[in-house]
Amino acid sequence: MKHFALAVFLLATALPAAPAFADSALPPAEYSYSQLADPKQEASAKALMETLRCLVCQGQSIADSDAEMAGDMRAMVRRRIAAGEKPEDIRAWLVGRYGAWVSYAPPVEPLTWPLWAAPLLLIGAGLFLARGRFKRKKR
Amino acid sequence: MKRRLIIWIPLAVFVIFVATVAFSLYAPAERVIRSRMIGKPVPAFALEAAAPGHQGLTSADLAAGQPRIVNVFASWCVPCIAEAPQLLALAGQGIPIDAIAIRDRPEDVADFLAKWGDPYQRIGSDRDSRVQMAFGSSGVPETFVVDGQGVVRYQHIGDIRPEQVSEIAAAYEAAK
Repeated sequence: MKHFALAVFLLATALPAAPAFADSALPPAEYSYSQLADPKQEASAKALMETLRCLVCQGQSIADSDAEMAGDMRAMVRRRIAAGEKPEDIRAWLVGRYGAWVSYAPPVEPLTWPLWAAPLLLIGAGLFLARGRFKRKKR
Repeated sequence: MKRRLIIWIPLAVFVIFVATVAFSLYAPAERVIRSRMIGKPVPAFALEAAAPGHQGLTSADLAAGQPRIVNVFASWCVPCIAEAPQLLALAGQGIPIDAIAIRDRPEDVADFLAKWGDPYQRIGSDRDSRVQMAFGSSGVPETFVVDGQGVVRYQHIGDIRPEQVSEIAAAYEAAK
C-alpha cells in the first residue's frame, strides 16, 4: 500500500506541468462570457452559438466550450448581433471561411439531400412493410 | 418467397446503420480545418504593432506588388517555438515574412523574439482572434502565402518542420 502511494506520488510529479494546448495571458474578450444587454439579441446570439462548432475542441459548440478561441468566436457573434447583423449572415460568413463543417445546421444541398430525404424514405418503407397488418385488422 | 426476403430488410438497414456508426467511431475524425480563403483576397484589416521595433500589419501591406508570407503565431504557443528556426531559414532566403500575433502582449512578443529569433518584418496584434477568423485560420501556428495582388495562395497548418521549408519556399515562388 505504501509502495502504491509512493508510485502514485512519483507518477504525479513526473508528469509534465505544461499542458499541450497553452493559453494566452490575455483576459477573455469582451462578450465572450458576458451577455448582451438586450434579451432579444442575446437570445438570438445564444441560439446561433449553440449551432456553431468550436474549431479547437471539435465536437463541442462554441456555446459549450471554454477554449479561448471559442470565447473569441462568441464575442464575435455577440458583437455582430449587437451591430444588427442577421444570425444567418454570421453563419454564412463563418462557413465562407471554414466550410460547412463549422455549422451544426447542415445546409440543403445535393450532398446532403439523402440526409433530408432519409426520414421520409424510412417512414415510407415502414408503412409499406406494415400495410398488410393494417388490412388484416380492418377485417 | 418475396415476402420472406422483405422481412429481412429492416434487419439489413439496422446492420448498415450499426456498421456506419462503428466505422465512424473508429475512423479518425478530420482534425485539420483548411481555410476556404485560398484564392480569395485577404480580408480587410488593420492591426496595431504587436511588438516594439515592428510596424503593425494592414491588408494593404499584403497587396504591395510582391508576394509575402504571413505567419500566424503567438508567444504562448509551444509549436511556434519549434518552427522558429524554419522561419529564420526562410527569411534568410530573402522571403519577406509578416506575422499576426494572436491574443498577445507586446512584452511577451518581444521576449519570444529575443529568445527564439526574429524573422518578421511587420507584426500585427490580433488581441481577440478577429483577423485570424477572417483568414479562416483555426489555430497557431499557421502560415499563409499571399501574392502581390493580396490574394491568399497557400496555407500551411501547424508548425513548419525542417523538411517542409522547401515546400513553403516553393509556394512563395509559385505566388510570384
